[in-house]
Amino acid sequence: MRLARVVGTVVATQKNPKLEGAKLLLAQPVDQHDEPMGPTQLAIDSVGAGTGDLVLLVLEGRAAGTALGRRGAPVDAAIVGIVDP
Amino acid sequence: MQLARVIGTVVATTKDEGLAGRTLLVLQPLSPGYEQVGIPLVAVDSVGAGRGEDVFFVRGREAAFPFLPAAVPTDASVVGICDWWSTNAGPVAPKSRQPRARRRSTRAAVKSRT
Repeated sequence: MRLARVVGTVVATQKNPKLEGAKLLLAQPVDQHDEPMGPTQLAIDSVGAGTGDLVLLVLEGRAAGTALGRRGAPVDAAIVGIVDP
Repeated sequence: MQLARVIGTVVATTKDEGLAGRTLLVLQPLSPGYEQVGIPLVAVDSVGAGRGEDVFFVRGREAAFPFLPAAVPTDASVVGICDWWSTNAGPVAPKSRQPRARRRSTRAAVKSRT
């Protein structure tokens, strides 16, 4: 898991049917000093995070699919926790 | 998943059977601020995306999931077309592309004139 900062939201009408109803957030992985590290990821949200939140981000397909609760969903990133402020 | 713009297509006559009939797109990964990130890559299309559109794609084993039960040997697939996105600073306007709805109306206007 990585620490990441939610930096935005994405709206997409045309997408894979398995992603219908999923919330898509832009998450920027950060280091322990909250400095950006690596490319911004587009992740599905399963915990109700919002822009500006520090979150736990999994970058692995099986974990992301489990978080979404749908078998066979084409996802490779998911937000699975919100770090307490 | 990552944001990207479709910058081209690939035509390959000789390829794995699993890729037969699939559209191969060349993607340039983007940051939320529309800056290019990393190097372009080739991905299989699963949503009907075309050149110039902003999309998001999935990497790894899950890239084959949209095509199940067919076995498609790919490590990257386009799984959605972005209408728009917004960041802390508000909605981000595409740099070199008109919003889709507006582009359509422009085309209709040209048609009505002729």
